[in-house]
Amino acid sequence: MITLNHYLLVAGILFAIGLAGVVVRRNILVIYMSLEMMLSAANLTLVAFSRFNLVDGVPDYAAQSLVFFTITVAAAEVAVGLAIIVALYRAKQSVDVESVTKLQG
Amino acid sequence: MPSLLFYLFAAITLIFGIGVIAARNPVTSAMSLVVSFAGLAALFISLDAYFIGTLQILVYAGAVMVLFLFIIMLLDIKEEEGRAINYGTALGGILLAVLFTLQIVSVLGSFKEGEKTLSDQPLQLATASAKVTLPTIKDDLNTGTLPDAKLMGFALFDKYPFHLQVVGLLLLAGTVGVVVLSKRDRNEREEAP
Repeated sequence: MITLNHYLLVAGILFAIGLAGVVVRRNILVIYMSLEMMLSAANLTLVAFSRFNLVDGVPDYAAQSLVFFTITVAAAEVAVGLAIIVALYRAKQSVDVESVTKLQG
Repeated sequence: MPSLLFYLFAAITLIFGIGVIAARNPVTSAMSLVVSFAGLAALFISLDAYFIGTLQILVYAGAVMVLFLFIIMLLDIKEEEGRAINYGTALGGILLAVLFTLQIVSVLGSFKEGEKTLSDQPLQLATASAKVTLPTIKDDLNTGTLPDAKLMGFALFDKYPFHLQVVGLLLLAGTVGVVVLSKRDRNEREEAP
């Protein structure tokens, strides 16, 4: 049978994949996609806990409201982030993170 | 939800998730992410979160990924041609992911609360119906369906109306920020050919 731990494990692995993507990839767009994946993994955890913690016989909608807000913030973050990436591309003609090393000591 | 479907959708989510970071072409990455998010939406729906599952498809797989594809095609990003993979970084990242997963596994191994199954925790719509005063939600609960979107809307507008407006303001700030960031300077335009 499927338990809460199954869902938490899937969320954990999804987060780990996103983390690996952020570390391994040098294309800033793919790094952004990995970030989205990590955010979604956190959402899966919240929804799983919401379903397994019934309040008055229905899922806990406080958690699902939090997921709603997370999705909104992630959408805003993507919009701003992609605008920054476009600005970066204009300046450097590249989306490689290694082309932006001015702050490196 | 039958276990088989859970494993199917979990596998789709994770395998295409790996596809995102393994693909050399950013377009392949983006398409993998769409499929991965669709699998995740199915997992949400298996947890009786129909509204969140729909939102995941509409906002993530729809809007956000279309934005990503637009940018990829606008910038005309080629595959990382002829670039050697940095094996040190790749190994480090994979090691990090494996360590993180092992940590999760070890924590979950001693998490007794997590051994509940969905059938241990059935939705008690009759109990919920007795507590609810709003007629439209009460009627739905009495007919034995979970009015997910209505309960979600009730929670958002009754419990968290201020937070909702703050998020609205955040979206406005984001929109204005995007316009400002994408606008070219007048000086810069004159210099450009």
